[in-house]
Amino acid sequence: MTSPPLLDIKNLTVEFATRRGAVQAVKSIDIQVAKGETVAIVGESGSGKSVTSYAVVRILDRAGRVAEGAISFSGIDLVTADEAQMRDLRGREISMIFQNPRAALNPIRKVGRQIEDVLLQHVQATRATAREKAIEALTKVKIARPEERYDAYPFELSGGMCQRVVIALALACQPQLLIADEPTTGLDVTTQKAVMDLIVELTRERGMSTILITHDLGLAAAYCDRVVVMEKGKVVETAAAADIFRNPQHPYTRKLMQATPRIGMSLADLLPDAPKGPPAEAKAPQVTPAGAEPLMRVENLVKAYPRPSAGSFLAKFTGKVEPEKAAFRAVDGISFTLARGETLGLVGESGCGKSTTSMMITRLIDPSGGRIVFDGADIGAIPAKSFAVSPMRRRIQMVFQDPTDSLNPRFTAERAIADPILRMGGISGRDALRARCEELARLVGLPVELIDRFPHQLSGGQKARVGIARAIALDPDLVILDEPTAALDVSVQAVVLNLLEELKGRLGMSYLFVSHDLNVVRLLCDRVIVMKTGAIVEEGTAEAVLGNPQAAYTRELLTAIPHPPM
Amino acid sequence: MLKMIGQRLMTTIPSIIGVIIVTFLLTRVLPGDTAAYFAGPAASPQAIAEIRGKLGLDQPLPVQFVSYVTALLKGDLGQSLTTGQPVTRDIAARLPASAELTLAGLILAMAVALPLGVLAAVKQGSWIDHLCRIVATAGVSLPVFFTGLLLVYVFYFLLGWSPAPLGRLDVFASEPPGVTGFLLIDMLLARDLEGFRAAFSQLILPAVTLAIFSLAPITRMTRASMLAVLGADFVRTARASGLTNGKVIGTYAFRNAMLPVVTTLGMVFSFLLGANVLVEKVFAWPGIGSYAVEALIASDYAPIQGFVLTMAVMYVALNLMIDVLYGVIDPRVRLEG
Repeated sequence: MTSPPLLDIKNLTVEFATRRGAVQAVKSIDIQVAKGETVAIVGESGSGKSVTSYAVVRILDRAGRVAEGAISFSGIDLVTADEAQMRDLRGREISMIFQNPRAALNPIRKVGRQIEDVLLQHVQATRATAREKAIEALTKVKIARPEERYDAYPFELSGGMCQRVVIALALACQPQLLIADEPTTGLDVTTQKAVMDLIVELTRERGMSTILITHDLGLAAAYCDRVVVMEKGKVVETAAAADIFRNPQHPYTRKLMQATPRIGMSLADLLPDAPKGPPAEAKAPQVTPAGAEPLMRVENLVKAYPRPSAGSFLAKFTGKVEPEKAAFRAVDGISFTLARGETLGLVGESGCGKSTTSMMITRLIDPSGGRIVFDGADIGAIPAKSFAVSPMRRRIQMVFQDPTDSLNPRFTAERAIADPILRMGGISGRDALRARCEELARLVGLPVELIDRFPHQLSGGQKARVGIARAIALDPDLVILDEPTAALDVSVQAVVLNLLEELKGRLGMSYLFVSHDLNVVRLLCDRVIVMKTGAIVEEGTAEAVLGNPQAAYTRELLTAIPHPPM
Repeated sequence: MLKMIGQRLMTTIPSIIGVIIVTFLLTRVLPGDTAAYFAGPAASPQAIAEIRGKLGLDQPLPVQFVSYVTALLKGDLGQSLTTGQPVTRDIAARLPASAELTLAGLILAMAVALPLGVLAAVKQGSWIDHLCRIVATAGVSLPVFFTGLLLVYVFYFLLGWSPAPLGRLDVFASEPPGVTGFLLIDMLLARDLEGFRAAFSQLILPAVTLAIFSLAPITRMTRASMLAVLGADFVRTARASGLTNGKVIGTYAFRNAMLPVVTTLGMVFSFLLGANVLVEKVFAWPGIGSYAVEALIASDYAPIQGFVLTMAVMYVALNLMIDVLYGVIDPRVRLEG
């Protein structure tokens, strides 16, 4: 490295003023980014990786401030630069793209106008040429029919399309540095690949430097030159992407790597103190012998939603009959079985109908057609409204995606766990209930002294444990797991997945595991169903489907997963 | 858009029918006998019965209802017994007075509340934020008749700056030709600047009274919704792209924050329109609120029914306007409409 780095962060400390005094979110870190280099900052939540980038662009919120250190960007000191100078740099020299692209765009302004705002601000266009330049920016991010999209509002575009618009916005003024803060979190794997490929292509083309902030080591390794690993506000390791995977130096990096699900490892391998055994020994299928009645049989299940018709009220009033539009079939006649003791994975991208399917099986919504036979009884025939009081309810339980949102913020952990018991009965008396809750807490590895806390006083992993304890409180036969680890850090995910596996064996449950993460599915599931546009495209054992995919769509999903150089 | 308005109007028909039935029944079950009231305290039972027959009050309820609805369809709201005028004419004369007062008060309140709320949100925790809180709390905790009287005492009695609080115009000014019924506008149309000033000076104190009262909900709502929007992701994007503070707050944050504020404005307006009786009384304002209260005391059915019906129709129209405005501000609503 002969020329001075484009961005030089030296000894940076960022403090946040809280009610309990100043808290250091970032502690004396040093990061350099050379011209044309792509650097990843990797870490789990609370590692200070986003705060670092906000400090660079100086958009920390009110409570945050740079306590110490210097940030120099091509010779300009960003810590002491005045606001007008910063404003000129933002968007023109340093741009950012964010997580959750739809929310990152003004919902009530045309996307073209939002790009124009930036162009006009930085005098990259005049009123006369702004429209043309905005369309040009949209064309560069490969948006089809850019003239039309100019007039679109964010809600009319898909998530991937919105992220393209955000990229167009960020790159409109040809900046030298792009900071991408979790740009693909929440997007499907194939969309993630398309977006990342686009970012890399555009930044390479222009000789730009990029900082990619992510929690996904695989993504970082696949797309970056160098990786900076952060933990609790400190940089613990910096190395070339290829080296950090082959030879991680810091224990935290090793722990992070180990917790990332990959091909050729078993669930236990994810845990830090796991004995290094032979990887991926074929899991003994615990499936009941052929011929036995499966726990659940789903036959030709359909969920159709009527499309909104145009002149509904007036048409009804005047008796004018419009040609009935075909209903939208979110789930289009799928059939499968679930054996006792089995974990069945339901995989697909957003909009494929996997959540709708799981909601129907959980009996939270009514199917439009088909049968759901659970232990010999057609539970699909029981309306969702009355299923809540059906004796079957206690046998089918659910763990929800977001551990925070799925807990009542005004209930303590104990009250949350006791909720199904109180509703479905079984235990009477305060002491017995308390004892049962403590037993469940121990079962899911939640320290008993924490069960009097409220959700906001618990960590993400602890909240996930509460959600699981609540689901198993009634000894269900079937638990539907709807992306139970999607909101968790990898190290927490590793622990929760192992817990789920252990509980299944101990309590004799079956799982329906809904997920978009194929690597997790590979570890946890016996059999896998791949769904696309409401239909099953492939079905089989996890090994067969993910090891030797037959359908083109499954192959596409698998190749879209970023693979670290191993 | 026109289609959406048409559809919305269709859905309001049942509620208007409901209002007609309920007001008719309510006025009939209210205690008090119209005939007895008008016959006077010394009237004989015979005289009362005669008046009752003349008013049609001796008929069974369904018959009275049918004749009421038949008249209604012809646009006839009946005759006020207290004023001796057709109710339609009374309302036509008094509604603009109330509407002008309320509108003036609301515009005044908005002129203060919107900037105050925005500033309080942008500079959260600063002195302006505290000022915003004090103004809002004080405004809503003082009853309107008290603020009204206080203003009259200071500006008319002590300082002598404003004219006597006796209606919409002082006795020396002449009424403009009634085009809109809004005196300020009619005066301008008639190019009567002297008259405009006279009407304006009469209007200012009651309008300020109303404005002080309605400051609180508008300021609080503006502040809260601005705070929410300023924390949104797209404001962060706008800042990170180097847009100026003015652009970020004005174009990006404020327009998004306006959505709940518009709803609040509509509610405050429709509430004030019918409910500012006390202000009308204090300033001897010939408005519709005091008209309705007087009719109610006299058990005068026709004006009460007319008043409630007018209010219902106004409410419907106002809500429709808000919906249309929503569609203008927020493209997502347009789609659903």
